Amino acid sequence: MEEVKLMKGNEAVAEAAIRAGVDAYFGYPITPQSEVIEYLMAEEPHKRTGMVVLQAESELAAINMVYGAAACGKKAMTSSSSPGFSLKQEGISYIAGAELPCVIVDVVRGGPGLGTIQPSQADYFQVVKGGGHGDYNLIVLAPATVQEMADFIELAFELAFKYRNPAVILSDGVIGQMMEKVVFSPQKERLTDEEIDTLYNSWATTGKKNGRERNIITSLELVPERQEAHNHHLQAKYKKITENEIRFETFNCEDADYLLVAYGSSARICQKTVQLAREKGIKVGLLRPITLWPYPSEAINKLADQVKGILAVEMSAGQMVEDVRLAVNGKVKVEHYGRFGGMVHSPNEVLDALETKIIGG
Amino acid sequence: MSENILTPEEIIKTGELVFKKTKLMTDAELSYCPGCGHGVAHRITMEVIEELGLEEQTIGIAPVGCSVLAYEFMNVDMQEAAHGRAPALATGIKRVYPNKTVFTYQGVGDLAAIGTAETIHACNRGENITIIFINNGIYGMTGGQMAPTTLPGMNSSTSPYGRDVHTMGYPLKITELVAMLPGTSYVTRQAVHKPGLVRKAKKAIKKAFELQMENKGTSFVEIVSNCNSGWKMTPVESNEWLDKNMLDYYPLGDLKG
Repeated sequence: MEEVKLMKGNEAVAEAAIRAGVDAYFGYPITPQSEVIEYLMAEEPHKRTGMVVLQAESELAAINMVYGAAACGKKAMTSSSSPGFSLKQEGISYIAGAELPCVIVDVVRGGPGLGTIQPSQADYFQVVKGGGHGDYNLIVLAPATVQEMADFIELAFELAFKYRNPAVILSDGVIGQMMEKVVFSPQKERLTDEEIDTLYNSWATTGKKNGRERNIITSLELVPERQEAHNHHLQAKYKKITENEIRFETFNCEDADYLLVAYGSSARICQKTVQLAREKGIKVGLLRPITLWPYPSEAINKLADQVKGILAVEMSAGQMVEDVRLAVNGKVKVEHYGRFGGMVHSPNEVLDALETKIIGG
Repeated sequence: MSENILTPEEIIKTGELVFKKTKLMTDAELSYCPGCGHGVAHRITMEVIEELGLEEQTIGIAPVGCSVLAYEFMNVDMQEAAHGRAPALATGIKRVYPNKTVFTYQGVGDLAAIGTAETIHACNRGENITIIFINNGIYGMTGGQMAPTTLPGMNSSTSPYGRDVHTMGYPLKITELVAMLPGTSYVTRQAVHKPGLVRKAKKAIKKAFELQMENKGTSFVEIVSNCNSGWKMTPVESNEWLDKNMLDYYPLGDLKG
């Protein structure tokens, strides 16, 4: 049965994880996402579904606990905020190399360094462009509502297992902390150990039963020819993900003369900017990437044929704007606007920036 | 005399079987230097798993270090961890599969330097896992650099004039540290450079796995071993040096349980 609740984004992540039939959550507290583990600990999901929740000694340990459980075919996840995500990067690179499915939630705060606990979108580079060592990509989903914080848990696990690749929910302190109405889907059963043995028999390390050869989970290949071949295999997988999994939505783009590109809470703010602009007679549209990797480059490129200029709006000094520029490939002017370091721009500030940097610029 | 020499075929035909390689060691050529204790430590670990009938439910974790390729030799399901993180992987596995047998096999740098936090906290939580810790006092794989357990005055490529404890710190007795933690059920220090010690070490490993299956908490077996290459000695010299120098600082025997 569907249930409607008023919740923080972080709490929605936790409740959705229980309902998605997640087997294990490993985490380390950090503001502004500690509600995820607090909610899980209070909820005692081992009583509801048998889900394991463990507070690790560090983000490093947490992501490596995820590695261990994911390598056994279990649905495992962790969550953190920017400085904690930096710490997880080592483990994420290993998980991507070993091709393990798992989900990581990043509720971004302002940096660099210890930075601030206020919202930011300045983790785009470290999440979308890698951050850990080696050639790999993470599937990155960017929720803009508390509802999507919940919905993307199931979607992220679905994609992670479909491609045996880590998936990240790249959120921010606004969505993590704000309360909204959220509708939850019914409880999904966790897979049984027998189902896991059947489904993931070819790779999961659950003990080499029934005469099968042993399974080995590793990201090591000392022979460079084989490591290159493994990298080619990964690249082919990333190509397939790019072909099949790009998600985005457009808002008032049909007749737009100018385009805003924004994700997450910036996209929410930009919706209001579109409205304010149109009240002034400026035809503005919004494209919201839902997947930040793979990126909706083609859709942006097509809109570049229609509009006179594009403003990439993000709470950073300009990170995603690089992908917008690559997509547009010089067709029209592309500029960046955003408050950062923990500050959140207002719809009017975005409109001012559009008028000065793009329309009048 | 010559007519009394048996051919290998005749020995096999007439002789009594005194040793058989466990089926839980693969036929892959060991990557360890001739004379190194890793091979024996691998073998007795896998013999124990076979003898306890745990083959189908065991998941092992290889570290980063000389035994990074342990999964090539140990014929059970294996995971390869990032440097130092094996106890975190083991925690992740054991928490979602409490009835499986989970062990880590780690060297000095992995367990007692970069992975100290993971080691201490897994033991402190009393994770029902078995940790096999090979202490050879040096970083073998990277070419003989100083380890946390390098003895005072001992030479290595990063302590070429001997470990100066005033600037490089003291050898870390991490086994004594984990023995203090209420989460550990059994903590022991063994060696494998003499036949009698190999038998004792195997007995200790067996006890460690048995305690894990009884959910008693973390069982921890240190094996003081040699590194003839890193120590720049012949295998025989290295075993003699170990016996003479390492065991005073790292005395053998049970510390707990």
